[in-house]
Amino acid sequence: MSEITIEGVRHLYKPARGKPVLALDDVSLEIAPREFIALLGPSGCGKSTLLYMIGGFLPVETGSIRVNGKKVEGPGPERGIVFQHFALFPWKTVKQNVLYGLERQALQRGEREARAQTFIDMVGLSGFEDAYPSQLSGGMKQRAAIARTLAIDPRILLMDEPFGALDAQTRHLMQDELLGIWRRSPKTVIFVTHDVQEAVYLAGRVAVMSARPGKIMDIVDIGLDKSDPDLQRSKAFADKVDQLWRLVRDEAIKAQQGRRPL
Amino acid sequence: MNRALRCLPLLILALAWEFISRTGLVSGSALPSLVKIGEAWWGLARDGDLWTHGAASAWRVGAGLFCAIVIGAALGIGMAWWRPADMVLGPFVEIFYPLPKSALIPVTALWLGFGDGSKILLIALGCMLPVTIGAYNGARSSDRTLVWSARSMGAGRLRVLRDVVAPSALPELLSGIRTALAISFVLLIASELIVARSGFGYLIGFLGANGTYEPMFAVVLTVAFLGFVADRLYQAFTRRVFAWRE
Repeated sequence: MSEITIEGVRHLYKPARGKPVLALDDVSLEIAPREFIALLGPSGCGKSTLLYMIGGFLPVETGSIRVNGKKVEGPGPERGIVFQHFALFPWKTVKQNVLYGLERQALQRGEREARAQTFIDMVGLSGFEDAYPSQLSGGMKQRAAIARTLAIDPRILLMDEPFGALDAQTRHLMQDELLGIWRRSPKTVIFVTHDVQEAVYLAGRVAVMSARPGKIMDIVDIGLDKSDPDLQRSKAFADKVDQLWRLVRDEAIKAQQGRRPL
Repeated sequence: MNRALRCLPLLILALAWEFISRTGLVSGSALPSLVKIGEAWWGLARDGDLWTHGAASAWRVGAGLFCAIVIGAALGIGMAWWRPADMVLGPFVEIFYPLPKSALIPVTALWLGFGDGSKILLIALGCMLPVTIGAYNGARSSDRTLVWSARSMGAGRLRVLRDVVAPSALPELLSGIRTALAISFVLLIASELIVARSGFGYLIGFLGANGTYEPMFAVVLTVAFLGFVADRLYQAFTRRVFAWRE
């Protein structure tokens, strides 16, 4: 049985000025519990929009999105989200950020504190509890944001290009850590990215999206052994990247041409 | 050392002032000697005039600014947060914002007379809109991903207003208040000069009309100094509030 069912979703993006744009058209997708799925596509293809709709941040006007049979009508703590630009509360310390979601739950104070500390330790931010986000590097900020989201123990993890703003080395480390976290406490992960390698490295399935209007062109099973430390140097990995890249390339070109020159 | 250096231009100005005044390049009534102004200040302080008039002015500025900040901030955040409020109040803000607030001096005097009430109302009205606009722009600029994060962690709409929208509005709100602080001094002195029987502005007008220029300058310089101190204190306060910004 699938955990998330997306059926015939369309989204019309209405900018403050100018004509409405069809951002998503007839998107249908089934996502199984504990699956790690990537939404891959060129920028502007509406993959983040789809994620925000699953999160309940944008309304579903046409079609439907169901989580465990229940229609999504707004955000909920069973769907945690991690944004590309971290979205940490800048006026709160790391600890206060991680505590924020826990304070909304019926927990004893001591329990909350202990839980926050557990997740801060888990993402390797021990000693930075009282630091403000402005005092942290990009990688540390994203660790804090991940700790904040994991602390409320969502069953579904929505990730919106979470490593896109990080440098290459940090990105690799974070990818490995995310896989580790996912393996230890399996959650359903929907991971938005435009990076083919990242999608192949992390996900079990990759939904490839087309340029505007965003549609799901293909769903590719990755079927690689993620615990293999040499995975990224293997032929099977390169073949998968190649296969996906061919699918994405034409769309990326289309997306480029669709842009008006500045 | 650096601090002393920054005071140097002021010291030079004071010396030049004293020099011009003593050599008689400019008449003593137009530019009285600083020493004599100092003596006059001491006289005003000893007689208590400075304090009674100062207290009247402080009360008016304090009460007026307080109303301006509370109402202005509530209005600005409310307008940013709730669309109908924006639609109804937006046009009023747009029309009244460019109005020279000193034009309201006779209006508030007509409504509330020569006492404290008219000054407080004038300062409240005149200083409210910069605060409103600061709060409005600040609240509007709150990052939607911050709002969404809070919502996904279980915060309701009012919680989001308190925990995300209000803190996001703070930087622009506080700079709006700084503008309001400066305007409040202008309105205070202007209204007291025209329609009042107490306050620093009244004192300046009264002393000037009597031809006692040395005490008049003493009050003018006192007001200038207080304006400077108020702004500095305010900046120190905002720096404390924004410790998280590094």
